[in-house]
Amino acid sequence: MAKIVFTRPKSMKDVVTHYCPGCHHGIIHRLVGEALDELELAPKTIGVAPVGCSVFIYDYIDTDFIQASHGRAPAVATGVKRALPDKFVFTYQGDGDLAAIGTAEIIHAAARGENITVIFVNNAIYGMTGGQSAPTTLVGQSSTTTPKGRTSQNDGFPIQVCEMLNTLQGPSMISRVAVHTPAQVIRAKKAIRRAFQCQVEGRGFSFVEVLSACPTNWGMTPLDAGKWLENEMIPYYPVKDFRIPEGVQ
Amino acid sequence: MTQKVLMKGNEAIAEAAIRAGCRFFFGYPITPQNELLEYMARNLPKVDGVFLQSESEIGAINMVMGAACTGARVMTSSSGPGISLKQEGISYIAGSELPAVIVNIMRTGPGLGGIAPTQSDYYQAAKGGGHGDYRLMVLAPSSVQEMADLMFLAFDKADEYRNPVMVLGDGVLGQMMEPVILPEPKEGKGVEKPWATTGKGNNPKSKLITSLYIKPEEAEKFCEHLAAKYLTMAERDTRWESYRTEDAEIIVVAYGTAARLCMAAVDMARDKGIRAGLIRPITLFPFPSAPIYAAAEKGARFLTVELSTGQMVDDVRLAVSGKSTVSFYGRSGGMVPDPRDILSQIEQIESEKNGSTAATEGGAA
Ligand SMILES: Cc1ncc(C[n+]2csc(CCOP(=O)(O)OP(=O)(O)O)c2C)c(N)n1
Ligand code: SF4
Ligand SMILES: [Mg+2]
Repeated sequence: MAKIVFTRPKSMKDVVTHYCPGCHHGIIHRLVGEALDELELAPKTIGVAPVGCSVFIYDYIDTDFIQASHGRAPAVATGVKRALPDKFVFTYQGDGDLAAIGTAEIIHAAARGENITVIFVNNAIYGMTGGQSAPTTLVGQSSTTTPKGRTSQNDGFPIQVCEMLNTLQGPSMISRVAVHTPAQVIRAKKAIRRAFQCQVEGRGFSFVEVLSACPTNWGMTPLDAGKWLENEMIPYYPVKDFRIPEGVQ
Repeated sequence: MTQKVLMKGNEAIAEAAIRAGCRFFFGYPITPQNELLEYMARNLPKVDGVFLQSESEIGAINMVMGAACTGARVMTSSSGPGISLKQEGISYIAGSELPAVIVNIMRTGPGLGGIAPTQSDYYQAAKGGGHGDYRLMVLAPSSVQEMADLMFLAFDKADEYRNPVMVLGDGVLGQMMEPVILPEPKEGKGVEKPWATTGKGNNPKSKLITSLYIKPEEAEKFCEHLAAKYLTMAERDTRWESYRTEDAEIIVVAYGTAARLCMAAVDMARDKGIRAGLIRPITLFPFPSAPIYAAAEKGARFLTVELSTGQMVDDVRLAVSGKSTVSFYGRSGGMVPDPRDILSQIEQIESEKNGSTAATEGGAA
């Protein structure tokens, strides 16, 4: 007798995504979907997705969604959560979005301890607009706007967002994870679920950074992209739990 | 019980908004609207509302957007530079068809300008302001009483049209104290908002609030839908006040604070036997073109008076459509004309009655 061991999360739609082969956005969506399912949050969820490759997340995750402007999702989510404190509110933001244009919004939502969850997808590049340099682009990494590689003299240094937010009182949870190996995927899933749980328990701002591959704009095969993420990104962006509240389920 | 109270314009706006059912306010300090923000900080919590001072005007308008998505009555207020920062958010709110109220207590510009009263944000308010093919409904009160009354209309019309509404005042109106009868608090839940994103609950279909239309065919359809909405607004909700216009040969067009000065000037002109009148637009968008055109067809000549170097005058000229002459008189930078200066302008037009059309040249005196 056949036994079903793997299905699509209930909170995800049965459609093919538009993401490039080897893109990690799809994996991260799935982890969000699984966590929504397990905590039975989908019916009371409002997601906020700003511009970036994942602006179409509403085509894949079957909850109410708001499409926000570039960088402002934490402010939009604040408005939603203040009006509906009993509902579940999360943002899904890229690194260009969150760490460049949206720096003020993320820092202040975190500092307020706003009871929302932020999924921060760091692929060290502007994916949607075609591979320009991001505030997270590594020194030496080339992009269409740093064709000879990012230099600290001209472009400054990449921002480590978890480390920066970890200086604030407001956040209840801050973790950085990756999804390029099965072991990392399992860890990432746990972190996302924990972050959602923090909000459900009213603990305030919870934040998960997910290191993510953009093979298309990195100019690599999916396999090489995984290796580059492991060898170049993780040393600068260590995967770890920066802050975990006591007693969270 | 209706009772007259003495209030600053900024505070009357805030109190009227609360009475109109506004329970969420997100804002950032800037003169000359700080009393509004501070009144909300003191009084919204008393009615279980939320006041939050944001990190910037950009933050504020996006918080407004978030609360509006849930169907709540929500507003923000600012002035000059702050209103400029809100424009992207206002465009998204219009593009997502969300109701929200934005108050602009105008100060002088461009740049940091000054905190003195002006009407130099007319273009920005009446022509959209941010990027894209949209309009705000723009309400222009000319007294503290009208500021209070129009707040009710602002929230109702924002809900009805699912469109942002701007209340456009200036530093004089915001700071001035006048007796006002506050409208009775609004009862009931207001209109249904089945489009609101409140979590899908047991509904089979989740809801989406977006302004993203990738396909040109769909984007055009949406723009045409907005255009049709603005046409309906124009048909049903164009508001203005006509003062002594029945037999007027010279009609002054002015709004807000400028209109009050012009009303005095019209009375002075009448005392001198000049048949002057005033058309005071209350909605700047939709603009009251019809009464202006009708008077132009009957031969009235026009004088537009603004606390700027001339912005609304463009809409007056469009309304007149070449049927008559339109001159302009304005003071800017926070300078406010004396009604006698406006009277001189009226007298000048009167003296040109037979023949000269020099007045079409316009320009600030
Ligand atoms: C105000 C504004 N500026 C610029 C853009 C163009 N834009 C769209 S997405 C994007 C960058 C997205 O990069 P990221 O947030 O890293 O997401 P990714 O696509 O890499 O997942 C930019 C610059 C915009 N939509 N709005
Ligand atoms: S461009 Fe990069 S981030 Fe965007 S879908 Fe393709 S791989 Fe993913
Ligand atoms: Mg990116």
